[in-house]
Amino acid sequence: MINIEIDGKQIQTENGSTVIEAAHQAGIAIPHFCYHKKLSIAANCRMCLVQVEKAPKPLPACATPVSEGMKVHTHSEMAVKAQKGVMEFLLINHPLDCPICDQGGECMLQDMSVGYGNGHSRYHEEKRMVLGKDLGPLVSAEEMSRCINCTRCVRFGQEIAGQMELGQAFRGEHAEIMSFVSGAVDSELSGNMIDLCPVGALTSKPFRYKARSWELSRRRSVSAHDSLGSGLAVHTKNNRVLRVLPIENDEINECWLSDRDRFAYEGLNSDQRLTKPMIKQGGQWQEVDWQAALEFCANGLRQIAGGAAAEQIGALATGNSTLEEMYLLQKLLRGIGSDNIDFRLRQSDFSADGKQQGAPWLGMSIADIGKADRILLVGSFLRKDHPLLAARIRQAVKRGAQINVIHAADDDLLMKVANKTIVAPSALVDALSKVAQGVAAKQAEGIAGSLASGERVVVLLGNFAQQHPQAAQLQALAQQIAQATHGKFGFIGETANSVGGYLAHAVPSGKGLNAAAMLAKPRKAYVLLNVEPELDCADPQQAMAAMQAADLVIALSAYRHGATEYADVLLPIAPYTETSGTFVSSEGRVQSFNGSVKPLGEARPAWKVLRVLGNLLKVDGFAYETSQAVRDEALQGVNVAASLNNAITGVENKTFAASGLQRVADVPIYATDAVVRRSAPLQATADAARPRAWLNAGELAKLGLQAGAQARVAQGAGSVVLEVALDGGLPEGVVRVAAGHPATATLGAMFGTITVERA
Amino acid sequence: MNNLINFFKRFLMLELFQGLSVTGKYFFARHITVEYPDEKTPQGSRFRGLHAQRRYPNGEERCIACKLCEAVCPALAIKIEVAEREDGSRRTTQYDIDLTKCIFCGFCEESCPVDAIVETRIFEYHGENRGDLYYTKDRLLAVGDANEAQIARDRAADAKYR
Repeated sequence: MINIEIDGKQIQTENGSTVIEAAHQAGIAIPHFCYHKKLSIAANCRMCLVQVEKAPKPLPACATPVSEGMKVHTHSEMAVKAQKGVMEFLLINHPLDCPICDQGGECMLQDMSVGYGNGHSRYHEEKRMVLGKDLGPLVSAEEMSRCINCTRCVRFGQEIAGQMELGQAFRGEHAEIMSFVSGAVDSELSGNMIDLCPVGALTSKPFRYKARSWELSRRRSVSAHDSLGSGLAVHTKNNRVLRVLPIENDEINECWLSDRDRFAYEGLNSDQRLTKPMIKQGGQWQEVDWQAALEFCANGLRQIAGGAAAEQIGALATGNSTLEEMYLLQKLLRGIGSDNIDFRLRQSDFSADGKQQGAPWLGMSIADIGKADRILLVGSFLRKDHPLLAARIRQAVKRGAQINVIHAADDDLLMKVANKTIVAPSALVDALSKVAQGVAAKQAEGIAGSLASGERVVVLLGNFAQQHPQAAQLQALAQQIAQATHGKFGFIGETANSVGGYLAHAVPSGKGLNAAAMLAKPRKAYVLLNVEPELDCADPQQAMAAMQAADLVIALSAYRHGATEYADVLLPIAPYTETSGTFVSSEGRVQSFNGSVKPLGEARPAWKVLRVLGNLLKVDGFAYETSQAVRDEALQGVNVAASLNNAITGVENKTFAASGLQRVADVPIYATDAVVRRSAPLQATADAARPRAWLNAGELAKLGLQAGAQARVAQGAGSVVLEVALDGGLPEGVVRVAAGHPATATLGAMFGTITVERA
Repeated sequence: MNNLINFFKRFLMLELFQGLSVTGKYFFARHITVEYPDEKTPQGSRFRGLHAQRRYPNGEERCIACKLCEAVCPALAIKIEVAEREDGSRRTTQYDIDLTKCIFCGFCEESCPVDAIVETRIFEYHGENRGDLYYTKDRLLAVGDANEAQIARDRAADAKYR
């Protein structure tokens, strides 16, 4: 520790920290633009100049390390003169368009100018003009004249997003920020540049001219799109969500937010929102009132439960339904005598059920992942599935951690990968068991060697591993490796409430059918909570066949979607910004939130709909007044931390042999759930482009196809014509075709054989 | 004694003449009453009357929808909705002033960066229904269009003090 004095205040600070850090610790404000605590030091804005005794000139506080006995003055004559001078220079080229600038009211330059600048300008000559840039559908760079060249956005790209998409070109007065390669910013974290920009140069394109910052009400919420549980500040006006910003929490999302979390709100007010209950009568959809719709549902369920037997009723929920919704759904189903409930819609191997000691979870805290020194990532499209976790691991790798990858596709993680094994899906278990053997045999090289040399080893199973037909075996092997290396292992949850679903008991408890079995053996009636079967299920063909064959399909959905084809009742429910609820993140963090706005039209929170349905069906214990009461009942006497356990025993070996070409299916980043799929700006990004059939060069040659050609991709009875593309990183014998996208919804299971032929 | 004094006061109608002397004084003094509406008092260039929205000489509305007037209005009398116009500029789709709420403080005019919302010399507006005093954007622009010459003169006269 070092003793320094700032503005006469004695401060103890760590050796190696800078003056600005010490000042911020002590609550002393030093004006700054380019300095950001999560980014490297650039010291190019010069706004943080302070006087240091015995130094002949003012020094930049952000780049001056503290030393023993240092005396700093932030308000001395020299410091104030320097700050005023810098402010005047910054304003020389800054346009005076605050009244039409979206940053107006929350602009650092405005604030600093009021706080530290002069009231007038002595500059009367012409201002510099920088042409606007088109950076894609999310980030607006229309008014680049506003840029003060702090380079925060450039450093963010290099250091956090791992991809330098923006750079500063030219020199002196001609310096400008531009995207110098692709012309657009495609990073899945690009929205953070908007937050970082201290002026109005980079602003949110969907939010452009929608509202001024002082008009917005801010509500806390939790992200529903990945399993991190990122904190959201939902900004609303006139009962409409107008934008979403991050809530800072160093243990979860730090101060970042992925574009999916940030821009998904645009889907909340989509034209496809269902605003009235609807019943299909004589093949025609009719809008009815809630009473009629719910009675129709209750009668239908009662008839099937009474006549054909209750196990003919199945319920499916998506993993981003709230804890309360899933709890009430399972209570309702079990109340009428059926145990067929599941939320693991894309999972294909359920053999771990009953062999697992608790609910599968991350196995550690998110912060622990950042502290790991050896990471093994099994089956994960990490950057697209969990963008912020990728950013955290990227920081760990920068600090010297080694990341090893076992996967079926070689996507660029934008970080240094120590070892990787890219194999076809059917060989994934073999590849992992080789590592397990290598670790046991104290092998010195390869992945095993890397893991064995670490002190804090982490094995992470991604979405692909969880959806894999041999998921239980992968889990057992990961456990074996973690034990042998004295490390931890866990699942990066697929959806916002992957852990919550288990805590809510929204899984079959024994005799009931799981998601796959429920669709493989069609039921007479289905209750769908948020589910779009053709997009959310592991095997869309099977799911759709089951839906078509069912006598009664009750769809609780926020959107008017494909269910109009097969459902009998559509009940409009509220998405996560319009209902109160709870998400349990991958690391077991229970986070409740309130509705940010009122439900649209006649839509109602799903927990209320299920409550009434429970009452109509005369199931006991449905007299809840608030969603908090539901949550308290669901978590009553549950020690969340103790009920999370990845340990597994007695896994049987399953064979998974695919002949011919095997499908590798990822769920594209902007196709993960109903809200995201309807967010227009996200759907306009490069990541949301129509899926292509990716093959490596050898497979392309074998099929006699060339990249760019059209090919017919078929699975079972369904086929689709897709463009063929070359991905040199793919292993032999596989074709990568995305799932969860409307274009590929006619195909079959996410794993298995698939054929590709010239169209 | 008192009775005697009172007798003479009554007899000579002294108090009547005292009162009439006030009347007489004002009868011959210079009149300050204005015969409104035939006559009007002079107005200053800073008079804060009915609001108007101004245009530039080329016909383009001045307002850029910055919403500063809405934010500063102490009576919450202004209501603005904004959208991007086809040419990409930021414009109001709704700009209403509720004159039953307005307290004519002039803050809106003072906060306006482009001199779009102004208070004119007009004070003789009225409404027969409550809604008549709810001025929409069209009406405000019409007031501006009709009085632009006077508005511009007043701004010019006041310019050096602002």
